[in-house]
Amino acid sequence: MGGRLRIILPLLVLIALAVVFVIGLQHDPRKLPSVLVDKPAPAFSLPALSEGQTVVTPDALKGKVWLMNVFASWCGACVAEHPLLLAIAAKNAVPLVGLAYKDEPADTREWLAQRGNPYTQIAIDRNGLVGIDYGVYGVPETFVIDGAGVIRYKQVGPVDEAFFTEHVAPLLAQEAH
Amino acid sequence: MATDVTSSDTAAAANGLPPGTDLVRLKDIASDLRCLVCQNQTIADSNAGLAVDLRNQVAKLMSQGKTDTEIKQYMVDRYGEFVLYDPPFSVSNALLWVGPFILVVAGVWITRRMIAARAQVPDVPELSEAQRAAVEARYRQGQ
Repeated sequence: MGGRLRIILPLLVLIALAVVFVIGLQHDPRKLPSVLVDKPAPAFSLPALSEGQTVVTPDALKGKVWLMNVFASWCGACVAEHPLLLAIAAKNAVPLVGLAYKDEPADTREWLAQRGNPYTQIAIDRNGLVGIDYGVYGVPETFVIDGAGVIRYKQVGPVDEAFFTEHVAPLLAQEAH
Repeated sequence: MATDVTSSDTAAAANGLPPGTDLVRLKDIASDLRCLVCQNQTIADSNAGLAVDLRNQVAKLMSQGKTDTEIKQYMVDRYGEFVLYDPPFSVSNALLWVGPFILVVAGVWITRRMIAARAQVPDVPELSEAQRAAVEARYRQGQ
């Protein structure tokens, strides 16, 4: 080994490690890749929050692109994403199902009365069992499901501005053709 | 044995689990499952809401006669392999399993090379009689 290489090599190794660690630091360990992406959306049948309707089930949405937003009145981050959900609802382009996750129905109603209701229908997941089927581990989470009933994307944490244009609009464009 | 079952039944009921839940087996399975909210705890250790729900779900699957493997698969289907504290060897995690051994072998190899390099003492020429006498004379002078 040449004398120069002996000095440079440890430096190169150090730089390589630093690069790996810096990239590693950008990852949020709380954001897990969902195994459910590209799998069929689990079936469920839950009581509806609204009076007129009795049951919410994904079967009724077969053939359509739809969104499912997991939320709760006790969830702080849900407040942050709420205006964006209202904006999505205002487009009137896609059914938005709310999954009231482990929440008291009276609390959910009050929370929505204060902030506006973006949902086309709301399912009450009182004990969080449907949440488990969807691999929910934090609230909010939002699922994008295509016309074939397959989960195409899962947003962990609040939706952002890019969510609709990047993950929903392309599917809607496909659907229109 | 009869008292065991009764006390375990009481404990199960106290935790809102189905009566007759084998708590030892529940703990055993739950100890292998990661709590997704508090990632460095198992769902056996954690009291986070989701951990409690998942423990109850394990108890329910047990009461349905599911095997340990089936119950763990149920969790992996929903939360991914990350949920297992002891994920099985696969292509995607092979480097994690094998990497440390590669590093140890590489370390031993490098150390041995360095030791061997250091052991090579340069050849010292034998001194002639005259040189030896000169060294000794100088040594005495110094005393």
